[in-house]
Order: sequence, then C-alpha cells, then structure tokens
Amino acid sequence: MREVVEKKVLSENDRLAAGLRQRYHDENILCVNIISSPGSGKTALLERTLASYLPGHPVAVLTGDLQTDNDARRLARFGFPVRQIVTGGTCHLDARMIDRHLNELGFHGPGLLLVENVGNLVCPSSYDLGEHAKIVLLSVTEGEDKPLKYPGIFHRASLMLLTKTDLLPHVEFNPDLALENARKIHPEIEYIALSSRTGDGFDQWLHWLNALQYKVQQRAAAINS
Amino acid sequence: MHEIGIASSILECVAAEAEKHPGAQLASVCVRIGELSNVDKDALEFAFEALTRDTGLEHLKLVVEWCPRRQKCIACSEEFAVQDYELACPKCGSSQTTCISGTELDIAYLELEEPCAKS
Repeated sequence: MREVVEKKVLSENDRLAAGLRQRYHDENILCVNIISSPGSGKTALLERTLASYLPGHPVAVLTGDLQTDNDARRLARFGFPVRQIVTGGTCHLDARMIDRHLNELGFHGPGLLLVENVGNLVCPSSYDLGEHAKIVLLSVTEGEDKPLKYPGIFHRASLMLLTKTDLLPHVEFNPDLALENARKIHPEIEYIALSSRTGDGFDQWLHWLNALQYKVQQRAAAINS
Repeated sequence: MHEIGIASSILECVAAEAEKHPGAQLASVCVRIGELSNVDKDALEFAFEALTRDTGLEHLKLVVEWCPRRQKCIACSEEFAVQDYELACPKCGSSQTTCISGTELDIAYLELEEPCAKS
C-alpha cells in the first residue's frame, strides 16, 4: 500500500522559520543570513558594517561557529548586542538555534538583525532561518567557478558580495567571470564588490541594506494598513 | 555534511506517519531530491543506513527520486530541463524563465504492508 506523504523533509525547521518570519514582521526587523566558505570575510564585513553605525543604532548580530566565541568577541567591541551560537559540530544554523538565541539576546525591533552563518557553502543553504535575504560572499582568493561548484547557495542568495577586492592586484581572479558564473545559476542575483579593509564598496553595501529595510517596512505597513 | 540531520528528519516523519497505521510493516520511503538542494545522494543513503541500524528499521528502504533543474519560460510557457547552465528558453529564446524544479527536498510517499486481515 502506498501512503502519499508529500511533506518537506525539513518541515519542522520550516515551521519554526515561519514563526521567526512572523516575529520579524510583527517587530519590524530586517533579518539577513550571511553565508560563505570559511575565511571569505564574513566577520570582517560585519566589523566594518557595525563600525559604520552610530551608537544606539538598532542593530544586533547572531554569529555561528562550530567552536569558540572569537567572532562574538571581535564583534562586541562595537557596542551593539552580539551573541555567539556555538553549534558544537553542526555545520549550519537552523531556525531553532536562531529562535533560542534571539530570545536570549533580548533584541527587539524595529531594527536590523545580521546573522553570520557557519562557514560552509553547502549545508546552510538548506535551512530557512525566516530571513528576508540570503547573502553569499565570495572572496577574490577563491576560484571564479565557485558558483558553478556550489549552485544551491548562489541560486537562493539575493546578493553576492565579492570580498577582499583590495587583493585583486595580487591574485589571478577575474571578477567579471565570477559574476558571469553566478548569473548562469541565478540571472537576477545582485552584486556588490567591496573590501572590508579599505572600505571600497561599503557605501553601496550599506545602501543595499537600507533599501531592503525600507522595502520590508513599506511592505509591512501596507499589510497592516 | 548535513545528511545525518536530513536522514534523521526523514525518520522522524516516517515514525509520525507509521503511527497512523498501527501494525503495518514499513517497506520503503521515497524522497525527492533536487539538484539544487545541496543534498548528496550517497551521503544520505549512508546516513540513513547508519541511523536505522539496530533500530528495527533495517529493512526500510530509502528510495531517492533525483530531480534535475527545470525551468519554465514566462513568455511561451515552455518547460525544459537545464543543460550546461543554459537558462534561456530553447523554443522562443527568451531569457525570462523561472525555476520550477530542482530545489526539492520532500518526502513523497511511504510503502506499507498492512497486516493480513484475520478471516
């Protein structure tokens, strides 16, 4: 006898993610999920991003790693609420972890929640965290063909950030080819090239975040009116 | 390597479904995996085998239905399989196409053997 199930394998995670999405909507929080290989510059991106905000700016960070609270310590220096999620070996963040740590962080909207996922281009892309956008980082010290090797995340990400552009004169990396490969997988993916060291491209990145926050707020206002 | 977590979620779902059919023998569970789902078939089979060992579910077969990426043309509604990253419509040439398959990570069905009715 065949029993039709037709259920998502990760339906329990999806259920919790839907709860987070509702919470973000109710509290007017913009949540972005930042994903990359280890060492592509996620924490450096967040450091410079936080440094650009004035004290009291409504922003908080959840940062995931297998071990250590090094990233949280690096990010806490800027004075905004930061919490480390130590996964203890799990290679991705899931909606349950976000829910628990967000409660413990005590962050309430309106504001911006930056989630730094575990360094991994594969597993984090399967887990919905209720975020408004996934952002994938690719650094110039990696290969231009990474989007073709890891299509899942480039397909799901709204924005690709090319990082460490200050190193371009020293490496054989062709940004146009990297973007061309990303758009083979996801033609609409947005693109910003930046350097967290020199700050090049940061105006564009901060503008992108502000524009998304504005769009999400407008959408929420339209639904609530 | 998140296939252990995926296999564990599949088994949780199987257990919940099995409760609806007390006494039935579970034969197989079919999962649909899209090429963009980031799940490796071999790793999933390995994890599934490891998690069912010595649990009474060793006989439960995992059937994987692999789903390649497919797009649909917004202009002419043509549906086509993507080859060599070519997302443009092969019929009308439009580049405005949308992904309709390839991201699946679904449990499709369970095969059960009901206990023989007593005469």
